Amino acid sequence: MKKRGKGLAVAFYPTGLGGGGDFSHAIVKIKPDGTADLIIGTVELGQGARTVLPQMAAEVLGIPYEHVRVTNSDTDSCPICFGTFASRVTYFTGNAVVQAATNVKQMLLAEAATLLDTTPDTLEIVNGIIQVPDDPKKSISIGDVAFSALYVKHKFLVGNGCFGRAASRPDPETGACDPLATLAWAATWVEVEVDTETGVVEIIDSKSVYDVGKAINPALVRGQIIGGVAMGTSWTLLESLYPYYPSPEHEARSFRDYAIATTMDIPTMESRMVECLSVGGPFGAKGMGEMTANPPAPAIVNAVHDAVGVWITKLPLTPEKVLRALEANGRAASAEH
Amino acid sequence: MELKAVGKEKRRYEGLDHVTGTTRYVDDVIVPGTHVVKALRSPVHKGRIIRLDTTRAEQLPGVAGIITAADVPCNSYGFLTLDQPVMAETDVRYKGEPIAAVAAQTEDAAIEAVELIDLEIEEQTPVFDVLEAMKPDAPKVRPEGNILQIGDKNYRSVVFGDIERGFDEADEVVESDYLFPSQEHACIETQVSLAVPESDGRLTIYSVTQALYFLLRQMNRILGQGNDVSERWSGRMQYSYRGTLGYCDIKYVGGTVGGGFGGKTDLHADPITALLALKTGKPCKWRWTREEETLFSTRHSPWLMSFKDGVKKDGRIVAREVRSIHDAGAHTGMSSYVVDKHCFYVIGPYHIPNVLVKGYVVYTNRTPTGAIRGFGLTPGTFASEIQIDKVAERIGMDPWEIRFINAVRNGDQLATRRKLDSVYLIETMQALAEWAGVTLPEKCARANSDPREAEVWPLAETMEAPLEWTGGTVS
Repeated sequence: MKKRGKGLAVAFYPTGLGGGGDFSHAIVKIKPDGTADLIIGTVELGQGARTVLPQMAAEVLGIPYEHVRVTNSDTDSCPICFGTFASRVTYFTGNAVVQAATNVKQMLLAEAATLLDTTPDTLEIVNGIIQVPDDPKKSISIGDVAFSALYVKHKFLVGNGCFGRAASRPDPETGACDPLATLAWAATWVEVEVDTETGVVEIIDSKSVYDVGKAINPALVRGQIIGGVAMGTSWTLLESLYPYYPSPEHEARSFRDYAIATTMDIPTMESRMVECLSVGGPFGAKGMGEMTANPPAPAIVNAVHDAVGVWITKLPLTPEKVLRALEANGRAASAEH
Repeated sequence: MELKAVGKEKRRYEGLDHVTGTTRYVDDVIVPGTHVVKALRSPVHKGRIIRLDTTRAEQLPGVAGIITAADVPCNSYGFLTLDQPVMAETDVRYKGEPIAAVAAQTEDAAIEAVELIDLEIEEQTPVFDVLEAMKPDAPKVRPEGNILQIGDKNYRSVVFGDIERGFDEADEVVESDYLFPSQEHACIETQVSLAVPESDGRLTIYSVTQALYFLLRQMNRILGQGNDVSERWSGRMQYSYRGTLGYCDIKYVGGTVGGGFGGKTDLHADPITALLALKTGKPCKWRWTREEETLFSTRHSPWLMSFKDGVKKDGRIVAREVRSIHDAGAHTGMSSYVVDKHCFYVIGPYHIPNVLVKGYVVYTNRTPTGAIRGFGLTPGTFASEIQIDKVAERIGMDPWEIRFINAVRNGDQLATRRKLDSVYLIETMQALAEWAGVTLPEKCARANSDPREAEVWPLAETMEAPLEWTGGTVS
């Protein structure tokens, strides 16, 4: 018999290292044509740091995203980033990038003010043009300003930024400490179908809402969510390196005996974003990368309970475990009669 | 002000390279004369090395050099607790622990040389079950003991309110155990490291690391001890400003990684390629096979969690006690740190006035565990979110309603005393309910994350967190 059930799970996730103390540096320098080089020590894992960080630099500088080039190649050329982990890069490196871009923007405005015979505070940068609002005669391209500063006045147009949080040692008795920068929030609703003959659990529908602070690039946030929900679902239904834990016997050695979910195992996973801006994050962003893998497991377990009345509290949620739990339930029920 | 670049779906910076297969990863870096690295790994889960002789292997044509523990200037590293050897000294603590490594001109020669290394190991009784390992008479995984000491305790403790009073106030008590098993990160790119000795005495390491400076700091410790390296392998250090390998002598190259998920925050291959490159003067590359990656790279720690909740009939959870046991494997790695983070957040996004959490780091004779996406919160969320459904079932309450009743709000404190801002759990749940077509009870539909009335929830005294974090130590 096939039975359907629904399950809910919520999650929160902190941005930044668990003990605090992490930081990131950033450098933004301007080329003679008015484009910008963003230099960071941040590793790109595929999550999109090399996209969202130049988006922030472009926003601050008032130039197109395509005019920012990123270097994150090595420890000789790039400043320190503590690392790509702890859902921290968008928030921490992002803040450093905003600061670096703001600093070099001040240099550009000062240079432009001299050329336009005005003061920096009267100027704005829109789409690569430095201008006095509502005065078409007083405008100049960033490229012209940069060329003049670099080649004529021999100035170095560079800004740097650093953002970090103090380390926070937990109190040995109470655990009191303050390492987190901000928290992101999630809620997931899953519908499953459980085959009581085979124990197979199929996910019929999965809807998730994530608070991500400001989504710097919504397409990349969606990518993170899809990857995270797939990973979390795969952990739930399929994955264990030690199938007979704690015994090490039959430990997985390869993808032959360690299955991870394919797209066929993850048929639907819809998501929506809500934006509750963080305090202190760049443009209100929060770290959301890791969090998305967390709600699927409990939501699926709760949905299976809703469907067939058994709690599977030890992952992975294999057909064998479902059948054994149903059998135990059946025995308990017949013992009562 | 209207945003022009932020909030827009700009094209992924290197997206075209990824989808056309032209992105250059570490394995795509070609340096002429590169030697192939292979390792001799422990064939037993636990043992004592009786004999290790590399003489015959070294004489094999094509072999440029072999290193063992004796070649490592500082053979202990870690994140906070420095207890992991680059290569096993006398004691072997997990199956697959590196014992020796070969650099050879060809892969065949490297594999043959590994087979020619004469190794005799006295096998000892291993322990795999954390509950067994915690017993006083259990076989010792580590000489210091099988449980990590954190200050004067053998667990991380988080205490908020008065747990006894909380259970006294409760109408029902709900207990349950949970197991979150071990998973592999399963990145498409396995561990790869290419170490190139440069003509100026420096070393360039092409690495898959998720954190360039993070590993540089650890490599500085392993390689930069006294004059060890320069005395042994004279000539290589002649241009170095202080005669040892320091921050300035190692150039870490990376930044583009074929999947991380936490699996590339540990050193893995880099110290061994670096030492072989220094010893042989040849560029040395080690690319782990999928089998090595699956069996011997860091993985998710298994977690055993026991929850005990006290709840009132109106749905308020008034006490939560959690005991979590983290199966660290054979070395500490990031375990103390991951258990800390787990303990800080395992209570979940709920305002529970009386909390007691104990988190244990326990060693077993299995492959060391490490960072993975979710870092202690994944198992915590798993257990906590099933637990709250069990609590709801016990008191006959809807799973949505019990979450709304207990959800944290702005101004609430976590068990760690952190006062919260930009809280949006209630609104996130409302958005989901509306989308999923779930009709919420009216008081849930009207709720929001505004600060709660102080008298409803007696908050524990706000505590100022001391600065500086040092973490646990093995004592």
